[in-house]
Formats: sequence, structure tokens, C-alpha cells
Amino acid sequence: MELLYASCVGLLVSCGVFLILRARTFPVVLGLTMFSYAVNLFLFSSGRLSLNKAAVLGYSSEYADPLPQALVLTAIVIGFAMTAFVVILAIRGKTDLGSDHVDGKLPNQSNDKNTKVEV
Amino acid sequence: MIQHLTFLPVLLPMLAGVILLISPFGENKTNRRITSAVLSAVTFLASLALLLKVQAEGTQVYAVGDWSAPFGIVLVADPLSTLLVCLTTFLGLVCVLYSSAGDDEKGSFFHPLVHFLILGVNGAFLTGDAFNLFVFFEVLLIASYSLLMHGGDKKNTRAALHYVILNLVGSAIFLIALGILYGVLGTLNMADMAQKVALLQGDDVYLAKIGGLLLLVVFALKGALLPLHLWLPNTYATAMPVVAALFAIMTKVGVYSMMRVYTLIFGDEAGELSHMAQSWLWWLALATIAMGAMGVLASKDLRKLTANLVIVSVGTLVALVAVQTIEASSAAIYYLVHSTLVTAALFILADLIGRQRGNVADRIIAGPPVAQPRLLGACFLIAAVAVIGMPPLSGFIGKVWLLKATLNAEYTVVFWPLYLLASLAILVGVSKAGSTVFWHHQSQEIESAVQERVHPVQLVALIFLLSGGPLMSIFAGPLSEYAIGAATQLHDFNHNINVILSGGQ
Repeated sequence: MELLYASCVGLLVSCGVFLILRARTFPVVLGLTMFSYAVNLFLFSSGRLSLNKAAVLGYSSEYADPLPQALVLTAIVIGFAMTAFVVILAIRGKTDLGSDHVDGKLPNQSNDKNTKVEV
Repeated sequence: MIQHLTFLPVLLPMLAGVILLISPFGENKTNRRITSAVLSAVTFLASLALLLKVQAEGTQVYAVGDWSAPFGIVLVADPLSTLLVCLTTFLGLVCVLYSSAGDDEKGSFFHPLVHFLILGVNGAFLTGDAFNLFVFFEVLLIASYSLLMHGGDKKNTRAALHYVILNLVGSAIFLIALGILYGVLGTLNMADMAQKVALLQGDDVYLAKIGGLLLLVVFALKGALLPLHLWLPNTYATAMPVVAALFAIMTKVGVYSMMRVYTLIFGDEAGELSHMAQSWLWWLALATIAMGAMGVLASKDLRKLTANLVIVSVGTLVALVAVQTIEASSAAIYYLVHSTLVTAALFILADLIGRQRGNVADRIIAGPPVAQPRLLGACFLIAAVAVIGMPPLSGFIGKVWLLKATLNAEYTVVFWPLYLLASLAILVGVSKAGSTVFWHHQSQEIESAVQERVHPVQLVALIFLLSGGPLMSIFAGPLSEYAIGAATQLHDFNHNINVILSGGQ
């Protein structure tokens, strides 16, 4: 189980990083989402992976650590809000800059009228 | 009420943000401005009351929901965090005042967002729990994202996009670091973590080291430390100047977190992991100072110049954090307050100057003369003397103190020349900017309608900020005593642990 779990986290992180480095807003948003999934899984595992353990004290001789679950919940909520914000920002960026590249223009593109942005 | 005083700097801005959204307080702009100014003044007074209480009774520990540490979340008001809370609320009050001259109506929800930002910053300063620190970071970040977009144009959208994406990646790394640290330490209360770090054995030591250094990446990103500083000049220079002035405190949140984490958790008592970030911090700080100083020389407008000054101040502060002695930390505390006030003042001045020069705005080129050269010139002179660090203002005291504090550090031979050269670069950059803006005129007709004269409210806000320079050097005695006291407590490991884990008794 540990191997499977760790590979999932690793795969999600690498996909996330790859997509973020694509430097166009839509892949970047997808990449950020994957990255945050990986982070949530990782946080969850910080309480150690276990089967058949009660989450509430007193119901079983062994119990699972409840804190990582609370942390993951917080992280999910915050990550969701941030993703919503970055989606809106990406749409606004596309309209304002005329390109979905995060710099507002392609690296090898000369400044034409629509994308002329002074650095 | 009085036992909840520690929580008020967090609670009041939150209530203020909500109140400003509902009728009748948020109904029209006059109501909004008055309510916002009154509420931020109340928050400032509450922080001052907390400061007095902490001075009289020592560190206050507030267990949220009465869940005692290390199980619940605690807020810790020690002299350092309280001082920074006062600074934040003061800056908030000044920015609310300044924006009431018209800037707040350039977009929606300016006032509630300012209060939410103050909520996040105060919470980050006060909290004694690492995960709670993350939550407050997110609160201040989402408020800052929206403020950054406030009244923005195209350039602004691009800077905001970079800033948001970078910080989202930063937040993810923060969570990974916290996950690792929780996995090996089994706690997130900073005092408890500090105790457990020393007991680690075997592979856990390396895991904790990875976690701790990942935290360094996050704080370096928030604090704009090289090589993660590239977002700062564009972000601060495209944000509305009053927002940039408020953001002056945000880089300091990163520096403050470094102080806490690498002095308390990974400090003297951390066994194998003690001072693990020190060597990283030191060299990165030096590189940041060099890069900031070059940026100051290369800046084309006043706002970018100020943004680069922020980078230099961050580098200086981190260098002091890396030295990790009581004297260096007390110099850092003094310098932190000074640099926050003076950079905020410079952002606001850049705005006022830009408004009086028509199309040339705040670019450092010859242009039409400003409408009120005496007033703005005098203000710029005060701010420039303070930021360069010439006597008699606060910058000079801060500079002498930090040079003295680093005298016995390991690499003084590198730090002193570099820092003094950087100061020279700042001197050249700022005086060139000042003389070009105020003395080099081009005979270019400009209609007086384009020139906005300084609004009285704006002037009051500016004077509040600028008075920091003279006042901090007149009251340097009591202030430095306070800073030394705060730094002594920051380094007093056993005292911190005992106070926090026993709930302040």
C-alpha cells in the first residue's frame, strides 16, 4: 500500500510540475490542481497509513491519527478557493493580454499591437 | 474582555471586514471611509493596549477555544510579535486614511480587503502553531491578490498572474513541509516542535531537515529572498501605491517566520539540526542585498526604485537573522520597523509626485515641475535621508547598530564591504532620482487640471509615516531597550517553551 500511495503522490507531483512549467494559463491551472491533490494525499499520509483503525478515541484499541484529516480538510478548502481565484485571473489575463501565455506573449514573438506590454 | 485582549488584533479586523460589507456602514463611500478609519483606529488602539499589557505582565498566551497547547492552537503575544502587530495596524490605519482621498473608489471592496489583509498579517505574527501560520498566510495572500488587482490595468494583470501562481506553488510546498514535520515530530505547536526536534534520531533527523529547508523555500518566497525575489519589483511597482505601501509589511512576515522557525525550532537547542539554515540564509541574504542595490541603480521609476529598496531591506534583515545572536536580532527588530515605515512612505510619495507630473508620472526623467515642490521636496528629503541611513534619522541608527551587531560574525569581512557598497549604491540611486524629479525640468506645458494637489488626508497619512524617521531616532533609547528585550526573549529557549506550553501561567 505504501508503494502504491507514494507512487501516486510522486506521479501527481511530477505531472503537476510539468504542467506548471508549460507556462500557459490553462495547463498551469491544471498543474496547480494536480499539485494540490498530491499535497493533500501527502498530508493525509503524515498520520501514517493504516487499515481498520477507529478515528474516534475509545471505540477501538487502536485509533487513527485524526489531525492529518483535519489538516487535509483545511488544505482542500483553501486550495479550492485559490484555484477558483486563479481560474478567474487566467480568464482576465487572456482578455487583458490577448494571449494565454503567462507572460502575456510568447517568448519568441515580437511585440505586436495586441500584446505590447512594457516590462 | 481583558483576557481576550490577545485575540483582539485578529478578531477586530475580521469584524471590521464583515461590518464594512453590510448596510448602513458599507452603503456609500462616506460611510465606508468613516467606518473603516474608525475601525482601523480601534484595532490600532487594541494592539497598543496589548503592547502595554505584554510589557507589564510578560508574554501572553491565548488558547483558542480553551484547548491548551500543544493540542489546541495558541496565540502567543510576546514583545516581538506584539510590536509587529502594532506596526501592521498602524500601517493599516495610515493606508485607510490615504486611500480615503479617492483611491479606494477605483475598484470594489477596498476597505474590507485591507481589513482582511491586516487580519492575516496579525494572525501570522501572533500564532504559535505552524499549521495555523499557513492558514493565516493564505488569508493574507488571498486579500493581497485582490488588493493587487484593485484599480489595475494590463501590466497589473500580468504581475498579479505571476504573483498568484508563484504563491500557490509556495503554499503547496509549505503544506508538504508541514506534512513532513508533522510526520516526524507528531506535533505542530512551534514550542512543542522545538522540544521534539532535539530528540530525533536516525533517519528522522534528515526528514526533519528536509521539512525545515522546504519551509525556508516558502519563507524566502514570501520574503523575496534571492533567487525567489523576481516577482517583487513588478508586483509592487504595478500595484496601486497605497496597496504597495501596505504590502511593505508582507515581506516582513516571511522574515519574521524565519526568525521564529530558525531561532526557536531549529535554534541552539535543536541537537543535530541546530542552526541548519544559517549558512544558506547568510549567503542568500548577501546576494539579495547585492541584487537589490543593483536594482536601485537600474530603476527607471520611483516605485520600482522603492521596490528594490524593499529587497535590500529584506536582504539586510535576513543577514541579521542568520547571525543569530541577541544583538543581531535586536538590530533586526529596530531595522524592520524603520524599513517598513520608510518604504511605505516612499511608495506613497512616489504616488503623490507621479500625480503632479502629468504623463511623465513617477519616471526618473526630466519632466514638468511638480505643483508643490517645497512640500513634496521636503518630504522626499526626509524619506531619502532615512532610507539611505544618513544621520540624524532612524536609518543611521539602524545601520550603525547592525554593523556593530555583525562585527563579530563569521564573515564580517564579506558583509561590511558589501553592505556599505550597497548603501553607497542606494545613496547614488536615491539622490539621482530626487534631483532628476525635482530639479530637471523640461519646458513642457502641463495643464493644472492634470496636476492633482495633495489632499489634506493624504498629507496627514504621509506625515504619520514620515514621522517614524525622526521619532525613532529621538526615542532611540527606549526603542532599542524594547528591541533588546524582545530579542532576548526570542533567544530564551527554555522561557519560551515553558510559557507557551504551560498556557501563560
